[in-house]
Amino acid sequence: MAEFQLPRHSRIGKGKTFKAPAGATNVKVFRVYRWSPDDDSNPTIDLFEVDLDSCGPMVLDAIIKIKNEIDPTLTFRRSCREGICGSCAMNIDGTNTLACTKPIAEIRGDVKINPLPHLPVVKDIVPDLSHFYAQYATIKPWIRTQSTTPPDRERLQSKQDREKLDGLYECILCACCSTSCPSYWWNGDRYLGPAILLQAYRWLADSRDEATGERLDDLEDPFRLYRCHTIMNCTKTCPKGLNPAKAIAETKKMLMTRRGI
Amino acid sequence: MSMTNPLARARGMGSAKEGVHHWYAQRASALLLIVLVGWLIFAIFSLSGVDYPTARAFIAQPVNAAFCSLLIVTLLYHAMLGLQVVIEDYVHHPVLEVAFYFLSRAGAFFGMALGIIHVLKLALGA
Repeated sequence: MAEFQLPRHSRIGKGKTFKAPAGATNVKVFRVYRWSPDDDSNPTIDLFEVDLDSCGPMVLDAIIKIKNEIDPTLTFRRSCREGICGSCAMNIDGTNTLACTKPIAEIRGDVKINPLPHLPVVKDIVPDLSHFYAQYATIKPWIRTQSTTPPDRERLQSKQDREKLDGLYECILCACCSTSCPSYWWNGDRYLGPAILLQAYRWLADSRDEATGERLDDLEDPFRLYRCHTIMNCTKTCPKGLNPAKAIAETKKMLMTRRGI
Repeated sequence: MSMTNPLARARGMGSAKEGVHHWYAQRASALLLIVLVGWLIFAIFSLSGVDYPTARAFIAQPVNAAFCSLLIVTLLYHAMLGLQVVIEDYVHHPVLEVAFYFLSRAGAFFGMALGIIHVLKLALGA
């Protein structure tokens, strides 16, 4: 059955409080989820008082400042700090987003930072994305063709056909959408989730790909595709402003068209 | 800790190659229900305040009997499909899942049979 209560070892306790340095005038409180596999204790929420006068504008700037100046054990992923790598996806103020493109000024009150929901936690705000990446691999996210490659040039695509990939190719696989989806929480072992289904549609929509039938065969499944109940959390949370729900709807339309009325 | 390769876990037993029919049937029955519930509202308004023989004569008209039985069948069919989704979503116990599935189907089919028999009894019976 669905679990509506956290297992005993997942209940979150009170953590440490790190006070702002004396004389700081522009203080913002960051409530950060902490858990380490090294000891046997439950997760906690640590309170960090950060002086925003000596901090960059984004949530990621504050997290880096905490690691550099307050608590070097704080563990998180980050790389590009400009919203293109997807590493710093986390739950900020109740919404999955990228820490590097989320301005601190947009958050009223304390800044609550948690790992992406409903994934195993590796440490602190680092989730285990192994299954998510494996699901991405199952859709074979590369061009598949039967015709031979032209010997002297690329496979061409008209401007109109290229435009069909707009809103799809921008996905950076940060997993914000999939981990915001209740259907993915309950059935993530089999349901592919919005991110992977958007990527699958990216290949269904590609005029150069010749494996549309096989791709649709692989997707037509009560769990892989049809767990989507148009909850729309995916579209609401996407930090890149994409619409995975629409990509899923288009995929369902393609399956319907293939079947005939 | 499982030592299964994540890709093997994600690929699982492959695609069931099924689901379009269920999706289509759920939506088609929903559209049909809009029409049938329209008839139901019409029937309720036409029958408000009338006595039993008049109401029975109304249901006895072939068009109304057809609408009424179709409403019962479509409503239960749509509910059955919806319940299946709820069970697939939330019941992850191997035995309970199948048990709930068959119970919901059996309940829906029994309701359809019962509903049609009642309509026939009203329409034809003494």
